[in-house]
Amino acid sequence: MSPSAAAARIAEKFPSAVTGENEFRGEKTLRLGAAAIREVCRFAKESLGFDYLIDISSVDHFGDEPRFEIVYELYSMANGAHLRLKIPVSEDACEAPTVTDIWPTANWHEREIFDMMGVRFKDHPDLRRILMWEGYPYHPLRKDFPLEGKPSDAPGLAFTEVAPLAGGPFVTVPTDGTTQVREPRARHAGEPPHAEKFIEEP
Amino acid sequence: MSAVSPIAYDSKIEGNIIITKVDAAINWMRSNSLWPMPMGLACCAIELMAAGAARYDISRFGAEVMRFSPRQSDVMIVAGTVTYKMALSVKRIWDQMPEPKWCIAMGACASSGGMYRSYAVLQGIDHLIPVDVYISGCPPRPEALLDGLMKLQKKIMGEHAIADQKKALFQKV
Repeated sequence: MSPSAAAARIAEKFPSAVTGENEFRGEKTLRLGAAAIREVCRFAKESLGFDYLIDISSVDHFGDEPRFEIVYELYSMANGAHLRLKIPVSEDACEAPTVTDIWPTANWHEREIFDMMGVRFKDHPDLRRILMWEGYPYHPLRKDFPLEGKPSDAPGLAFTEVAPLAGGPFVTVPTDGTTQVREPRARHAGEPPHAEKFIEEP
Repeated sequence: MSAVSPIAYDSKIEGNIIITKVDAAINWMRSNSLWPMPMGLACCAIELMAAGAARYDISRFGAEVMRFSPRQSDVMIVAGTVTYKMALSVKRIWDQMPEPKWCIAMGACASSGGMYRSYAVLQGIDHLIPVDVYISGCPPRPEALLDGLMKLQKKIMGEHAIADQKKALFQKV
């Protein structure tokens, strides 16, 4: 079954859940309401043959509402078909349904999204941080979290300090704008190069 | 030869006795059998392994006995990026090493955070433990590590541990 046919089957079975549809260079994307994602995923796995969940990722549309978006990449081993599902998550709720009971591999993907983006997954069997340590108070991949970090202290576990960036080349601006606004090299294209401060020989 | 020598020199035992200071002898022993604690955290650890292997052969400098128990180590070679999550474990292993102990910060990341100016990376292991030798490079070549090791040996040769600790005894003698 091709991705388009699968998308059509989903739209036919869940007409109220599908809010948008997009095809770009042969990649099919379906936008769904967050409440229906579990039924749609179960239907896609059991009836449409999408037996492999490649990845779950999250997007921070900082400044927009709903702020977050969870992206599910589905793959069918038998048909070689790839389907992408997207659900919106508002900043107030900050919660999405889990799909760990449908694809067990979703367990760590969802933990990573919880750790880095702060979106909780309802009924997840083991929702702990996966990269940062328990007790770290922030979610570092959010657009409004500075690259240099914020000070924190979890006694006996870890602490963090603010890293000196010194006008370094990777300082982005928390915005949903274009590359010209966001990226430091594009932003400072017309300006004279920033001189690093060197410590003099004693 | 002469029976009336004022310092009782006996040529029969010439070559078997060396007169030196306790400090110098101990420093010589310490500096030529440094047992490293390989704290390999990133790509620098690959260069550390290369330094230990046949081509560069760190055993030429007496530091080939890589100990994975901190209790048997003399020098901690911090080779790689120290994340905050790992930092307190490095500190804990350092605390378990018996004195006297030394530390080599191998590479840009261990020395200063390197290119990782980020929320996740400790900006230099010297924020947590005292460092004796910093080695530049990303990663440093094995020769650079050997050079750092020789610098550390030179530093150890200049220490006065016994003279400082046993001052009263030396004065009495």
